[in-house]
Amino acid sequence: MKMSIREAINQTLHQEMARDERVIVMGEDVASDQGGVYGITDGLPAKFGLHRVIDTPITESAIVGAAGGAALTGLRPVAELMFVDFLGVCLDQILNQIAKFRYMFGGQARTPVVIRTMIGAGAGTGPQHSQILYPLLAAIPGIKVVTPANAADAKGLLTTAIRDDDPVIFCEHKALYMDECEVPEGEYLLPFGQARTAVSGSDITIVGMSRTAVLAEEAAGVLAQRGISAEVIDLRTLSPLDEGTVLESLAKTGRLVVVDEANPYCSMASEIAGLAVERGFDTLDAPVKRVTSPHTPVPATPCLELEYVPSVDKIIAAVEETLAY
Amino acid sequence: MDISPEKLADAYRLMKTIREFEERMRSEYQQGKLPGFIHIYRNQEAIAVAACLDMTNADYIASTHRGHGHCIAKGCEIEAMLLELACKEDGLCNGKGGSMHIADMSKGMLGANAIVGGGPPIAAGAALTAKTLGNGAVSLAFIGDGAADQGTVAESLNLAVVLQLPMIFMFENNRYAEFTKSPKPDGRIAERAGAYGMPSEVVDGSDFFAMYDACQRAIKRGREGGGPTAIEALCNRYYGHFEGDAQAYRDQDELAEERTASDPIPRFLADPRAAVLTVDKIAEIDAAIFAEIDRGFEVTYAAADPTPDKLYTDVYIHYEGRLR
Repeated sequence: MKMSIREAINQTLHQEMARDERVIVMGEDVASDQGGVYGITDGLPAKFGLHRVIDTPITESAIVGAAGGAALTGLRPVAELMFVDFLGVCLDQILNQIAKFRYMFGGQARTPVVIRTMIGAGAGTGPQHSQILYPLLAAIPGIKVVTPANAADAKGLLTTAIRDDDPVIFCEHKALYMDECEVPEGEYLLPFGQARTAVSGSDITIVGMSRTAVLAEEAAGVLAQRGISAEVIDLRTLSPLDEGTVLESLAKTGRLVVVDEANPYCSMASEIAGLAVERGFDTLDAPVKRVTSPHTPVPATPCLELEYVPSVDKIIAAVEETLAY
Repeated sequence: MDISPEKLADAYRLMKTIREFEERMRSEYQQGKLPGFIHIYRNQEAIAVAACLDMTNADYIASTHRGHGHCIAKGCEIEAMLLELACKEDGLCNGKGGSMHIADMSKGMLGANAIVGGGPPIAAGAALTAKTLGNGAVSLAFIGDGAADQGTVAESLNLAVVLQLPMIFMFENNRYAEFTKSPKPDGRIAERAGAYGMPSEVVDGSDFFAMYDACQRAIKRGREGGGPTAIEALCNRYYGHFEGDAQAYRDQDELAEERTASDPIPRFLADPRAAVLTVDKIAEIDAAIFAEIDRGFEVTYAAADPTPDKLYTDVYIHYEGRLR
């Protein structure tokens, strides 16, 4: 059935809440009539009741921390951190608490919490509502970070996230919510740590994640018309990271462009470039090229925001530069 | 006040265990035999014991950096605790937590916490579990007077009221936030908690009986769906912020006076309600405590350190990525 990412997430929450009564949803506005800012939780309160779909005050440390504490004691909360930018007011509960419970308690703890959060530019939402920030999260041992690029993956990865016994941060790109694709009916799980080869090719590898995987796929279409065969890898999960698929593709193509909407320093693009240099050096025929956002905040004005984010044109330019090396 | 002779004996045993456990630990630490930072709970023992005496393993506590007393009161075993404080393989947390992260899930002890104010949101989550499952459990967060100023505490107080969680906020006001004397008058913390819309009271934290009475009421309220309660327990921090802090910043005469006046153990024994604890009974309890502590140290010093491969275990339950 064809549906949007927004609908796929909503359907997955319905399915998992029906399947397991320990699953609860909590966050700001999640039980409101319109199902939160983007209608993600639409219909959940009516079906599962307000004791399982819990509206909270605007209180991110308490939302995330309480979701962690509830997970530690037997529930499987899906908490919403409305925008990932709000990480700034609750990072301790993720970084020092939830991520470390299992390790610092010597394996006693089980913290099956999912933190759903909205990432990315493209909606003109400005410096404090448009960031990516997943590299910050992927750098923390003890949590998993998931970045679906389409509705089918969103369903498969969210189902896996809710059933996973480790803490998972599920990053939803706000510019992709309405993107539609075929989504499997019924129960659908995708394993973590398995990238998706979105397009097969032989001349160059383009790695993306979340929205940049979509852009890379578009770029590959344009490149194909110019006789360039690009392979597009969508990482799908950033932690765990499927290094094997990237290295295998690189071994085939010898050239690599990584596209990441994060700011450039310590980005996923840097991580993949490092991987290629450290473990794929012999297969490289050209320097690795990174296409990222610049080292600036996200501007509110649409014309500058457009300049800020990676684009199909920027990817094509990087590919051509790499092929010309 | 409803307290059985068995519970009285338990209360004494637990307070005395905390006291002697920590005094011995302090001495070993001073000799360089224990690693890390330790924060001693002396003179606050009545608070932890009163808070946990009517709890079962199904009830939860979230502790602080000054957490040894909370652990013992909640039922953690002395030997397993000592093994953890010495960071040994068989410690409660396999040596990976140490003093400031000691936890025992089987006892509902959700961890000491080295982030000041880190625990209350977690305790609120445990209370949410209890409320959602409707199992009658309660969750208690120990919070220092310093931590009381953290935003996480304010958020947790508010959330507990909004969601009517079965939660107890146990503020231990020892009047010193690390090296700095509290600028707040006694009672201000309870007043603040009360302003969020929950019953709150100020109790003398060195008076076990007063504390137990307040805790019984708070726990009953939580179990019966009456929502959260805040207790501000006034107490004295006998030693410094951490072991090795000589408290040069304090008025030494005042400190000396407080140390004696706020010692909960003699005060407990002098109370007519504790009269059933005869001299012989006390001697018997004491002897068992000292034997347990001796045995714990003996086992601890003979115990193995974790092997190097343990660096990589228990980061995740299951992980398809690389850890190194």
